[in-house]
Amino acid sequence: MGIKLLSIKNKFVAKCLLLTSTLALSGCDDWVVMSPFGDIAKQEAFLINASTVLMLVIVVPVLLMTVWFAWKYRASNKDATYEPGWHHSATLETVIWTTPLIIILVLSGLTYVATHRLDPYLPISRISEDKPLPDNVDTLVIEVVALDWKWLFIYPEYNIATVNEIAAPIDRPIQFKITSGSVMNSFYIPALAGQIYAMSGMETKMHAVINEKGVFDGFSANYSGHGFSQMHFKFHGVNDEGFDSWVSKVRSLDNQTLNHQGYLKLEEKTTGHPVTYFSTVGDNLYHDILNRCVDANTVCMDKQMHLDKHRAKNAVKHKE
Amino acid sequence: MSNNYETIYADDRWSPLFGKLSWDVIPFHEPILIATFLAVIIGGIALVAFITHKKAWGYLWTEWLTSIDHKKIGIMYMVLGLVMMIRGFADALLMRAHQSMTSSGGEGFLTPHHYDQIFTAHGVIMIFFVAMPFVTGLMNYVTPLQIGARDVAFPFLNNFSFWMTVGGAILVNVSLFIGEFGQTGWLAYPPLSGIQFSPSVGVDYYIWALQVAGIGTTLSGINLLVTIVKMRAPGMTYMKLPVFTWTSLATNALIVASFPVLTAVLALLTLDRYLGTHFFTNDLGGNAMLYINLIWIWGHPEVYILILPLFGVFSEVVATHCRKQIFGYDSMVYAIVVIMILSYVVWLHHFFTMGSGAGVNAFFGITTMIISIPTGAKIFNWLFTMYKGRITYELPMMWTIAFIITFVIGGMTGVLLAVPPADFVLHNSLFLIAHFHNVIIGGVVFGVFAGINFWFPKAFGYRLDSFWGKVSFWGWVIGFYVAFMPLYVLGLMGVTRRLSQFPDTTLSGYFNTAAIGSVFITIGIIAFFIQLYVSYQTRDELRDDNGDTWNGDGRTLEWSTSSPPPQYNFAFTPRVHTFDTWWDMKKHGYQRPTDGFNAIHMPKNTGAGIIIAMLCTIMGFALVWQIWWLSALSFVTVIIASIIHTFNYDRDYYIPVEEVDAIETKRTEQLAKGGIA
Amino acid sequence: MSTNNSVAEQVDNAPLFHMQKDPHNEPGTLLGFWIYLMSDCLIFAMLFATRAVLAPNYAGSPLPKEVFDIPLILVSTFCLLFSSITYGFSVLQMQQNKLNGTLIWLGVTWLLGAAFIGIELYEFNHLIHIGASPQSSASWSSFFALVGTHGLHVFFGLVWMVVLIIQTKKHGLTIANQRRLFCLSMFWHFLDLIWIAVFSLVYLAGVL
Repeated sequence: MGIKLLSIKNKFVAKCLLLTSTLALSGCDDWVVMSPFGDIAKQEAFLINASTVLMLVIVVPVLLMTVWFAWKYRASNKDATYEPGWHHSATLETVIWTTPLIIILVLSGLTYVATHRLDPYLPISRISEDKPLPDNVDTLVIEVVALDWKWLFIYPEYNIATVNEIAAPIDRPIQFKITSGSVMNSFYIPALAGQIYAMSGMETKMHAVINEKGVFDGFSANYSGHGFSQMHFKFHGVNDEGFDSWVSKVRSLDNQTLNHQGYLKLEEKTTGHPVTYFSTVGDNLYHDILNRCVDANTVCMDKQMHLDKHRAKNAVKHKE
Repeated sequence: MSNNYETIYADDRWSPLFGKLSWDVIPFHEPILIATFLAVIIGGIALVAFITHKKAWGYLWTEWLTSIDHKKIGIMYMVLGLVMMIRGFADALLMRAHQSMTSSGGEGFLTPHHYDQIFTAHGVIMIFFVAMPFVTGLMNYVTPLQIGARDVAFPFLNNFSFWMTVGGAILVNVSLFIGEFGQTGWLAYPPLSGIQFSPSVGVDYYIWALQVAGIGTTLSGINLLVTIVKMRAPGMTYMKLPVFTWTSLATNALIVASFPVLTAVLALLTLDRYLGTHFFTNDLGGNAMLYINLIWIWGHPEVYILILPLFGVFSEVVATHCRKQIFGYDSMVYAIVVIMILSYVVWLHHFFTMGSGAGVNAFFGITTMIISIPTGAKIFNWLFTMYKGRITYELPMMWTIAFIITFVIGGMTGVLLAVPPADFVLHNSLFLIAHFHNVIIGGVVFGVFAGINFWFPKAFGYRLDSFWGKVSFWGWVIGFYVAFMPLYVLGLMGVTRRLSQFPDTTLSGYFNTAAIGSVFITIGIIAFFIQLYVSYQTRDELRDDNGDTWNGDGRTLEWSTSSPPPQYNFAFTPRVHTFDTWWDMKKHGYQRPTDGFNAIHMPKNTGAGIIIAMLCTIMGFALVWQIWWLSALSFVTVIIASIIHTFNYDRDYYIPVEEVDAIETKRTEQLAKGGIA
Repeated sequence: MSTNNSVAEQVDNAPLFHMQKDPHNEPGTLLGFWIYLMSDCLIFAMLFATRAVLAPNYAGSPLPKEVFDIPLILVSTFCLLFSSITYGFSVLQMQQNKLNGTLIWLGVTWLLGAAFIGIELYEFNHLIHIGASPQSSASWSSFFALVGTHGLHVFFGLVWMVVLIIQTKKHGLTIANQRRLFCLSMFWHFLDLIWIAVFSLVYLAGVL
């Protein structure tokens, strides 16, 4: 925590210190991954700290032993014992296999539990460490589409859409439904939660909650082409009133509708696309993006699969 | 500028004679490339002039290019690795400089079009054309000597494999001046690498370079595997193999069991791009996740292909320079085998964030962690070899200590990334970049330098200068920490990889520090070349007359023969009784035989390898540019040339006994001169 | 030459550390070729995996049930199976050092292999014409990649067979030629095995 205090007083000194103290993983306001603002990301940061400490139990002795042995048994030190034939010790070998084994066993247990608890597909089970989930929880659904090179966000509940900006009320569970209109990207807001890939024709899901007000960076964490560096957006953590006014701002400004035609236009490659608001969204737009049938001349994937199955059934009947 | 460049490829210009090739594809508008091109041309002309002046063409052709001697091929692999390291490192310097500028709020000097090619090329070159030639070179040179063999099982194939690797490297370098390289990242994930999103030739260069080199690697893997299985000296059972040979065995088993996967998956991507199939496309049922799974089923074993031989190098170095038998040989061997097998069941940890279920992620996370147990055991084994030893701090040993410390840190961050929820926040970040450079530089590069310093005297007959070696060592070690520790921090600040522009200028301190680190590494690299030069100049003082270079501490068979070894390696095939054969021989007062030599059966040099491999390279180039007539012609020529080669039954000869006798007598005199009879 | 009795080789109680004559290593060609086949097998494993993943993705293209001509495929399957047997006969003749018998059976094998390739080309042509082409869907892409790769192997096997027929005619059943014939025989049986898998997992599974 000393580092934390220091960083407020003198950021430059703190940074220099941090650079040298590479093992001090827990730490500083700037390190958003280690001090995030959403409960899921906080648990993930805790996991990093816990695993690191666990591994240091063995890593530190190994490093010390390396330096110690390297110094003590240097050729010029004739006082050190020299046993050229000593190459086996059952006890020692048991120790050197079991020590890592025990640490990995503990870490595996931790991993198993944490992976299941922090599965992004699971709805969140608490708002934060000291706030349980309310009974009639009202999850905010945000549909996310990665495009070249911008992010489209659709709020089905409010029938609005935005490009390169999202907002969510603090302490309200969010469900992201994520797909891509072009290549693979990774949807990542470090302050909020871990990332998950956005892939065309597929939907991934992520659940999270933001616990503090603020404006946080979001971006694609998977290289997607020349405009990749500019493919970032702002995530606004706001209170309920703030969220309502943000929604009405989106609705009132410009009064644009994002229909299928509009989407096909939006889909074209742009770099550093400005924040854009859409007051209404065309019917089934997200479904059609996901099933790759925004263009009216194409058949939706889900429909096609259904048709193929039907055909297969009929083919059997035909044979009989 | 970059847009203009893209339109050159966007329109479907194609002529029957030149395919997609035209003057437009030469990047005249990129000053960096044109300067590089001129430098390469001038350097090339100077080199050609020098060779012509020395009248060395015939010598080069008969003694090197067509040589099927595993030692010469090994040396040529190392030369290839060094040359390509300059190219790959130049890419690294450009990236460091560019990121340092843009993170301070500047524009930088690279367009996305250029920058994206650079990081793609950097990854491809460093893995396929630097690290792979280095480990293959070491294995090629050392393994047959360690098992007391005269050459590898298929000497012609060895030469061919080498030239195929060179062919791939040539294609990558040609892409610099004719057209462009891929802009997809080093594994070319579709759909980005598909024809829809990458219509130009960059990905095609990537594909054909890797296919040509990959065939070479697979064949070399088969070759060395058979060599170790079939050609061990009498008495050398598997549990008497030197540790390096064990790692070499495991590595080559991994190569033959993983490179075909790469070949298959790249072939499918090729079909997508050339024939319009739908394996990995977004539409008509394609599935890009399949590609990502398949490529990592190759990709993860590849990581161990790179590191295992260096584990072997460190084992040899530690035992020799501590003057002590390796601690826990058996557990060392088991650890190698366990690592080899486990490396096949961890591939999914490269994409925990793809949305697999928690059960799948947890499984692959835990299998990944399990690998750290045998790896940890190996670290302890090296430590306990040092324990109660007599450590002489020759250069290879210095690299080894630096390796142990660096690799332990890299291993720790690796296990951290194996925890799926931790990976959710660190995946694709600069933390990941720092991690794998930590293990690849700390493990592979340090190991290669340890190996070069260790075996150079064996290969050339004189040791490497230790002053410049130390400069190189400290340049690399300090440079590595200064360059990559800031990246760990940046990763924890949520900075992702492959960015060329940064909205946030507060990060510049870290990027500038990393850039300074790359300067230190530059010093390390330059010092290494100075080391080679100075050592050559002072070779008479550094001469190794004995053959058992390191104060007579050598333990394995390569130290029992002269430096450099005669082309037949051993006048008499060694007879092995224990592990550490040469140490055992010395202990028993082994007297080198000075008469009674026999004629030695050896394979003959052949030009077929280089000719067929260069034809394959031309075919690759023709396919990149869709010059169909040339592709077909070179393909047919490859087949015909291979068939003609099989009609040559006269592939070996006997070194007459007089010649063996003369070489061995000279060696007797040399040993007498060195004061050791 | 003894390789395991070190006591007998001891001179003056010191173990002997070198061989007087080079040990006669049996050549690694067959092992090497076997390892190559295993690596090739891995390529097929990848193609089978790809087929398994992508097979249901018809995307509106014809279904295997609608277009596979199983009796025809059965004919080509038997061509390949019989060619394996005839190659076996050729090897038997070779082991009895009968040059003509070896060559005749090789010729029969070649014809059967060529018939297989002919039928495959006919089938591919037919499929592409009725709209089941490599471009029509991922399902058909994976079909053509797998079956086509096998066909390509058979084709190169045929080229290799011609070369070996010429070489055997020219130089007789030398040790080198016998080794080569044996390698090709492993290759040929291997392709047969792969085909059995293709037939059951692609064709039969496709129509059942």
